[in-house]
Amino acid sequence: MQVIAGAINTVYNWARSNSLWPLTFATSCCGIEMMSVSSANYDIARFGSEVFRGSPRQADLLIVAGTITQKMAPALLKLYEQMAEPKYVIAMGACACSGGMFRENSYSVVRGVDKIIPVDVYLPMCPPTPESLLEAIINLQKKIRTQDIFDRDDEIKAHKSRLKFDIDQKDLLICIDDDKYFEIEVG
Amino acid sequence: MNYFNISYFPDYVYIPLYYLIGFIVVAVLMLFVVLFLVLLERKLLGFFTVRVGPNRVGFHGALQTVADAIKLLFKEDIIPLKADKLLFTLSPILVFAPIMTVWAYIPFNGFFAVQNSVVGSLIFLSLLSFPILGILFAGISSANKYSLLGSLRACAQTLCYELPIFISLLSVVILSGSLDLNDIVSAQSINNNCFGWFIIPSLLGFITFYISSVAMMNRVPFDFPEAESEFVGGYHTEYSGMKFAMFFLAEYASMFILCAFMATIFLGGFLSPFGKYISDFLPLSDLIKTPLIFIEQFFWLILKTMVLVVAVIWTRATLPRLRIDRSLEFFWKLILPLSILNIFIVCLIKLFMGAR
Ligand code: SF4
Repeated sequence: MQVIAGAINTVYNWARSNSLWPLTFATSCCGIEMMSVSSANYDIARFGSEVFRGSPRQADLLIVAGTITQKMAPALLKLYEQMAEPKYVIAMGACACSGGMFRENSYSVVRGVDKIIPVDVYLPMCPPTPESLLEAIINLQKKIRTQDIFDRDDEIKAHKSRLKFDIDQKDLLICIDDDKYFEIEVG
Repeated sequence: MNYFNISYFPDYVYIPLYYLIGFIVVAVLMLFVVLFLVLLERKLLGFFTVRVGPNRVGFHGALQTVADAIKLLFKEDIIPLKADKLLFTLSPILVFAPIMTVWAYIPFNGFFAVQNSVVGSLIFLSLLSFPILGILFAGISSANKYSLLGSLRACAQTLCYELPIFISLLSVVILSGSLDLNDIVSAQSINNNCFGWFIIPSLLGFITFYISSVAMMNRVPFDFPEAESEFVGGYHTEYSGMKFAMFFLAEYASMFILCAFMATIFLGGFLSPFGKYISDFLPLSDLIKTPLIFIEQFFWLILKTMVLVVAVIWTRATLPRLRIDRSLEFFWKLILPLSILNIFIVCLIKLFMGAR
């Protein structure tokens, strides 16, 4: 039994780590760097990730490239929920990691996307260079290769326990900062 | 089919067995062809845009598409809450099945096509107009406005490319006097070299057929049904995992098989361009030579098909997507009249050159 599970794991991890199809999702300046990653100088296609999908149903990788405002947060959560398992998130740029230069005095920016969705790889810098995005993808691939196909449920549960709101509710209230609430419907 | 009739099986064993074997051959061939074509496309797109393309998985990225296929197999299958479950599940099959069926009609060499038919070319093109039903159902059933708009566009476009494609086929039928694909190929072997191919009298027909078949494959510059910059993913927006993979598979399979059809009716199919086959010059007995010639015929057909496939990919890398109204105008006002004009030219050639 364990041998079979091990074999499945090897094949499955090899396949999904080598074909991470990103979602076309960019909210601000970091998006420009993400676009240049698929150009001739950097060529994300080498890792099999040049297939940018428009529809979240077919994407595996959500690269959060840019500032997430509180208006955008519900949309981000919705996109993440619409993606099919297995799904991964790279928080690209200081804004997505922690709020970046908007962290101190902004009235509208989410301080890090990990308040909303689980993040696999954090990529700070403002903006990250294309090479560092490639490195983030390589790191994500390394991480995937050590994962177990049967552990995914536990990971999701662990993430849910970290959140400050109940993600399974139909009409749910997101608590992003301590004093601000937003309503969102996930259907 | 006659070739195999020497077997000692009774008919009720033999006929199902024959079609089972035919099915397995087609299915396996198709899977490999699609895996290869996707890789070829990604590599060529890399080449055209001065990149390297996938090169990490396997030898120079040779296993990239295998990884993609396995990942899509394992991916979660989502059916939207408001979707019509039956139609939603059925439509990828409706798209995929006709495209797989038509593989049986191409004569891959002088003696083997899974199914010979006196109206082979007609059946081929008619079956290829079926997938539009699947696309329409996919759009209606997935309860998503982008899907619906994409599939409606696909229908609008179907009307405008089906006519030129059939009229261009008509020119070939006039030249050869038959709808049977085997007869069409043998009618092109009259001159015993590449000057007998129908692309020469019916060059205009070849061009209109090529353009319309690019539209039939739903590829750039005519990929409105799945235009990513306009409607997320078009008719397959809501599809994930294996169902999406079937749409993907169908697109590439139809690309290959339409190119093979084009090679068959315009470029002499499995005929060698020099009239004689290379194996003819080898000092061998007929017993060995005959199978060698069959393999060589297969090789010529695949070679011609691959040239056309690369042309299609090249078109994709070069041209931007047209606007929908411009494209409809292009088909109705330019391609359709051109293909009708081609019929006249071909008729005149047939009249004055006599029996070619
Ligand atoms: S991290 Fe810097 S470059 Fe990236 S979105 Fe924020 S401000 Fe822009």
